[in-house]
Formats: sequence, C-alpha cells, structure tokens
Amino acid sequence: MTSQRTLFQEFKKGIWAENPVIKMLLGMCPALAVTNSAVNGLAMGLASTFVVICSSAIVSIIRRFVPGGVRIPTYIIIIAGFVTLADLFLRAYFPVISKALGPYVPLIVVNCMIMGRAEFFASKHPVVPSILDALGTGTGFVWVLVVLGSIREILGSGSIFGVTLLSERIYTPWVVMILPAGAFLSLGLLIALINYLTQRRQGAH
Amino acid sequence: MKILLVFISAAIVNNFVLTYFLGICPFLGVSKRIDTSVNMGLATTFVMSLAAAITWLINHYILIAFNLPFLQNVTYIITIASLVQLVEMFIRKSSPSLYRSLGIFLPLITTNCAILGLTLFAALREYSFIESLSFGIGAGAGFTIALVIMAGIREELEFADVPAPLKGAPMTLLVAGMLALAFMGFAGLLSV
Repeated sequence: MTSQRTLFQEFKKGIWAENPVIKMLLGMCPALAVTNSAVNGLAMGLASTFVVICSSAIVSIIRRFVPGGVRIPTYIIIIAGFVTLADLFLRAYFPVISKALGPYVPLIVVNCMIMGRAEFFASKHPVVPSILDALGTGTGFVWVLVVLGSIREILGSGSIFGVTLLSERIYTPWVVMILPAGAFLSLGLLIALINYLTQRRQGAH
Repeated sequence: MKILLVFISAAIVNNFVLTYFLGICPFLGVSKRIDTSVNMGLATTFVMSLAAAITWLINHYILIAFNLPFLQNVTYIITIASLVQLVEMFIRKSSPSLYRSLGIFLPLITTNCAILGLTLFAALREYSFIESLSFGIGAGAGFTIALVIMAGIREELEFADVPAPLKGAPMTLLVAGMLALAFMGFAGLLSV
C-alpha cells in the first residue's frame, strides 16, 4: 500500500521535518504574541489549524477553476472567510479566551503558514493529501505553541494551564517571561536547542 | 495633544515589532543591511498611513453605517491588497527611480501583518480620523526604527563568532529579545 504510506508522510512532515515555526519560520507573529500562557497558545493553535484545514480543502477543490493571475487574492478571501468563522465562534463560546487573544484572531488571515500551505501544496494536489498536509502543519503549529506557552507560563507565573505549580513562597516568578522580551528569548533558545540536538545527532552518524 | 501621544506611543513605547510582534517576517527577513531596511521601512510607513486613513473611512461610512462590522476582516484585507497594488502602479508610472528602490518590497507588504494589525487596532480603540492617521505614521516610524536598529546590529554580527546552533534565526530572535528589553525602558514615558 504505497499510497497509504505517502498519505501518512504528508501528515507527518509538518510535525517535525517541515514544522512551520521551528524549521520554516512561518507564523512567527502569533507564535510569539499569544504564548504568554499555555491555554492561549492552545486556543490560537487550534483556531489556526481549523483555518488551515478548511482553506486548504477549498483551495484544492477549486484549484482547476482559478486563473493563475488572481489566485493569491482568491486564497486571501477564502482564508479571511474561515478566520471570520473562527473569530465569531470563539467570541460566542469562549469569550474569555477571545478577549485575551484580541486582534490576533483576525490576524490569522495574514499568517504566512496558511498562505504557504495553500500556495505550495493545496493548489497543486488533490483534496485528501491537502487536508492531511494541512492537519500535519496545524499539529506542528499547535505543539510548538503549547510548549512555548507552557515554558513561559511556568517561568513567568509559576503555573501551567492556570494550575499553580510553584507557589510564590518558594519561587519568585520571572515576570519578564510573560512580557514581549521573554517571547523572543524563549523562542530563540528553543530553536537553538533543537538545532543543537539535530546537529549532534547528525555528527554522531 | 492626544494626537501626539498616539504617535509617540505607536512609534516608541508600544513599538509594533517589539511589543505587538507585528511585522516579524520582514523584521527577520529584510534586516540584513541598513540601506534596504531603510527603504523597506519607508515603503511600509507610506502604505500604513494610507491604509489607516482609507480603512477608517470604509469602517465609518460603509461598515458601521450599514451595520456590517462582521465583514471588517475580509474588507480590510481586500482594501490593503488593492491599495498596495494601486500604490505600486502609481509609483511605477510617476517615479521610476523610487520604484527601483521600493518596488520589490511593495508586494511583500500585502502580507505584512503590521498593516492589518494597525487597522484592526485603530478600529478596536475607536480612534478619530486624525488619530488613526497619526497612529499609522507613528507605527510606520516605529517599524522603521526597529528594522534599522536590527540591521545595524546584524551588520556587526557578521564578524562575530556565533556558536553553530545559534546561527541564523535563533541569534536574531535573541537580539530582538534584548532590543525588546531595552524598549521596555520607555514604558514609564506615558500611559496610553
């Protein structure tokens, strides 16, 4: 079953080998902006995954009818439609998270990760591989956001997913970690750590 | 007075790149040399001020007038994309020399989240027309400042001995983190 394996590979590559944030440096803006707590990271990751799956599916379905010259505006309008759906959904059912994420939910429209999947994959492949590719990319995005959000929340407020881990008597929170500077520093060090591990493994072979 | 406060707040205290993380892609991508980053900054500032003014008019005279605020997101992104296209055509016809220095950056600006972020923030904070314009120019100035400082540091970093795992993106992010720390010093300047 060769086709089965290739489908699985389309899904798998987004999680590690072509991870949007760590390897491709796409979608940096939400990855840095909303990861001051693990919950916010998870919500942003899931909303972006929803948008990337839906827009990849639609782009793949209409790929034969869209003239090349207007394809980018077409993709932007498709993506903007799904982002509006996600935004209204969050506002209706999770008002607290929606308030915490603020204008970063509508800003999913300009997340280059989603545009990247539409332009480089979904516009050239059938529907099923496109959905799996988007699902893999979304999963890769979610785990990076949750890891980054957890690191910053543990160090910055001594808790994870809102549950206190380190009480204030034994641990003074590093407030800087939940401020913008902490986002740049922790993502920089996370990518450096992954580079270090990859390079060491390549050196061992 | 409020206009000046909005300008300073957007340019320095709440710098778009270093506190709102908007426009990170060009910030990491186009900040290798000072002269290109100045041109990129100027092109972005120009589009930002135009976008701030035009989206304010659209928001007040079309979206709010016809009770269509849920279309804000879609309308804004289409406005920005067509605005960038118009500016590109106008500059190509009117000033070929300016086109040569700014031309390649203009298409990139469409997907610069700083522009859409700017228009969304301006709508969220219910700025007046003049305040929106001042917010747009201030945000553009702040973007240019951050981009040029970053390019200056990266030009020096070319000669530094950076450890292998930190080469490229991680080093740029760490430098950006330190810049963000430095810009936190402006936080007490005003409270908007």
